[in-house]
Amino acid sequence: MRVSKRASAVAAIAAVALVATGCGGGDDDEGGTTTDKTANGAITIDGTQPAFPLVPANTSETGGGDILDFLWTGLINYPPGGGQPTNAVAESIDTSDAQTYTIKIKKGVKFHDGTEVKSKNFVDAWNFAAYSENGQQQGTFFSDIEGYADVHTDDPDGEGPKKAPKPAKDKMSGLAVVDDYTFTVKLSAKQSIFPVKLGYSAFFPMPDSFFTTDPDTWGKKPVGNGPVKFVSWTDNVEIKLTRFDDYTLDDKVKIKDVTVKLYQEDTAAYADLQANNLDFQQQIPVSALAGEKWKADLGDRALEVPIPVQQFIAFPLYDKKFQNADLRKAISLAINREEIASKIFFNTRKPSTSWAAPGTPYADAFVCSVCKYDPTEAKTLLAKAGGFSGELLMYYNADASHKDWFEAAAASIATTLNIRARAVGVPTFAVFRQNIEAHKMDGMFRAGWQADYPISENWLGPLYVKGASSNDSLFDNADVNRLYAEGRDSTSLDAAAAKFAEAIKIVDAEVPSIPIVSVTQQSGVSDRVKGVKTNWVGSIDLSSVELV
Amino acid sequence: MGRYVLRRLLQLIPVFFGTTLLIYWLVWSVPGDPFAGKCGERPCPDSFVQSMTEKYHLDDPLPVQYFFYMSHLLRGDFGTTFGGREISDIIVQAYPNTLKLAMVALLIEGVIGLTAGVITGLRRGGFVDNLVLVSTLFLVAIPVFVAGFLLQYLFGVRWGIVNPTVSNPPAFSELILPGFVLASGSMAYVARLTRTSIAENQRSDYVRTAIAKGLPQRRVVGVHLLRNSLIPVVTFLGTDLGALMGGAIVTEGIFSINGIGREVFRAIVTKEGATVVGIVVVLVLVYLLMNLLVDLLYAALDPRIRYE
Repeated sequence: MRVSKRASAVAAIAAVALVATGCGGGDDDEGGTTTDKTANGAITIDGTQPAFPLVPANTSETGGGDILDFLWTGLINYPPGGGQPTNAVAESIDTSDAQTYTIKIKKGVKFHDGTEVKSKNFVDAWNFAAYSENGQQQGTFFSDIEGYADVHTDDPDGEGPKKAPKPAKDKMSGLAVVDDYTFTVKLSAKQSIFPVKLGYSAFFPMPDSFFTTDPDTWGKKPVGNGPVKFVSWTDNVEIKLTRFDDYTLDDKVKIKDVTVKLYQEDTAAYADLQANNLDFQQQIPVSALAGEKWKADLGDRALEVPIPVQQFIAFPLYDKKFQNADLRKAISLAINREEIASKIFFNTRKPSTSWAAPGTPYADAFVCSVCKYDPTEAKTLLAKAGGFSGELLMYYNADASHKDWFEAAAASIATTLNIRARAVGVPTFAVFRQNIEAHKMDGMFRAGWQADYPISENWLGPLYVKGASSNDSLFDNADVNRLYAEGRDSTSLDAAAAKFAEAIKIVDAEVPSIPIVSVTQQSGVSDRVKGVKTNWVGSIDLSSVELV
Repeated sequence: MGRYVLRRLLQLIPVFFGTTLLIYWLVWSVPGDPFAGKCGERPCPDSFVQSMTEKYHLDDPLPVQYFFYMSHLLRGDFGTTFGGREISDIIVQAYPNTLKLAMVALLIEGVIGLTAGVITGLRRGGFVDNLVLVSTLFLVAIPVFVAGFLLQYLFGVRWGIVNPTVSNPPAFSELILPGFVLASGSMAYVARLTRTSIAENQRSDYVRTAIAKGLPQRRVVGVHLLRNSLIPVVTFLGTDLGALMGGAIVTEGIFSINGIGREVFRAIVTKEGATVVGIVVVLVLVYLLMNLLVDLLYAALDPRIRYE
């Protein structure tokens, strides 16, 4: 998943350029009809400075990720508002055994440098990303493919002095080019949900020029295959994009130019939005959400969209204190989610009722039975568990706005169960994650999850299966592991989803972590644009934008 | 005079090495692993961590790292950030903006602060004096971010007189509002400092002599009184330039100015020692040179001070 760090990015409007393109809120009378205006139109949206050069395989934060999603089109697209993925560059993705997939791609899809997207562009890109000598952050996304172990070695002593051995090969045996428009992917084990993953940025195709240039240099002027192409990038100021006129797929953009202003503070972006100097702000700052102020400020320019994000509070199951499931249930039932959602979040978050975010495909059965406030039941379960001695510590990272809701949750637990509970802030996300990854937590801790791809599995596999990448609680339940494996080995998505639903029932009984709230995003648009929609993760859907 | 300046310049060298070593060491004393949390709620792949570690000598002991860094720096190579940006680029892009902002702020606080200080120093106890006293106390009491947001909202959003955020690179006219915000605290100090200094020197012998000689009031105040009274004020303004540059993080954030404040902040959080040191080195130089300039100004202001 990508981590959002909207804390450090700056920009400044090139006011001159804006006036020249008719932005800036003045009267612009260029273009007669709306369509003309749109076809030559330019918009400005907010963003953050990408942490690394724009290479899909090496970008794992939203600042760069959002730009990559504009510049590229993957094999499949995820429709706005969840729902089943649709084919994009892919003509078809077929399998008979859920282990070998034959992927056919559409003809005539072009990169921005004019070369055609062919099957080798996918295969080479994936091999590059997985090859550990290249040190790409997203390399682990290819671990399902046969031959991954030959190209990706791990450091034997973590961060110690020993070096990881050089991989035996630089190409995965599971990838094979059949012809220019067909390639096959053989996985090391069956995996029914593999095709759903293919819309993620790590799987984007790369043009031939990428493999002959230094990635960092190339990433300063990326060449994708999406509806808009790259124009320029002034660090910390702006990234300019423009319509790619040879784009052949459905999600063409109607406007011409897009400027992504890289802000340092979301409050600065909000001031620009209010003054109509910014056409889209993805997330209104917290300060403006208080008391629905943003709705008063923006009126009908305010948008509210659900995004596939939930906030959890997880248990360190390796700590003896937390090994009783009844105690964990008691704590969950002692949290008044309704109150947290309304009083702390002003209804910008909804109380969680499911283990997956609302709208996730196949997640109807992911109901969370302990996601309610039931003081009586909580007390009964606590007594059954033999009480709780000592102080219940609840850790969060203090560099984002989590303090209030954590303190509210702690207070709710303390008063309901009559035990001592305290929210503890860890100064930075980095230190916080370091402690969690070292499995040294002696109290509960905040865990946010944003879906990587829209399917119920993504709310189970990475979080509660033994050895999974984000199973920070070290939850290990033989039945969950077995059911998950059966689901993974199914040949159809429907059959797989049924198994995942069974597995989540066990998770629901064991409560390794507690869903608290699901997140909605508050965005705003200027009065210059109309029809603005957001994609499934809440960033702007450029193809929807028209000028008024 | 020339020998004095040369001596002062030579003193910069040990100070320079001392500060850089100290900063380098401080950055690495901040707890946390530079790669924790970089890849979201998942640990970063080992291969990624490893290639970064090799690139930046992160597994060597600190003195070795510092030595590598310095040997590059003395050849004019500031190194790159973890994200692969040239640190010298950051400095070239961001420093002029911060310097511009600090200059505008210095100008505003100098003009307003001095004017208010002289007027109140000459007319103590009057209505104006009390008004300035109250308003300067008020300015000192208001945190920068409150003043910044308030003025941005009023001038930028509510009345639409200026753009809420500045363009890049910012024009001087755009920097008046942020400059005022940044200067507001210091402005009050300058006014109080000038007032006290003027009041003190008004009773001195040379002022009495000047009045006795029958010089006009303008000359007495403008030449005889003000020149001597400016010494503490100039000292404050000189060191304040450095403070304004280093302390503009909040103001830069509010008005979205592409300056060094945010870069330093980001680099400290992500533990990029090289970036922090690179930026602070230049800041240290600004401080040292301003100090030198202030010392030389003393001689120009007060004929009794001589540098041999």
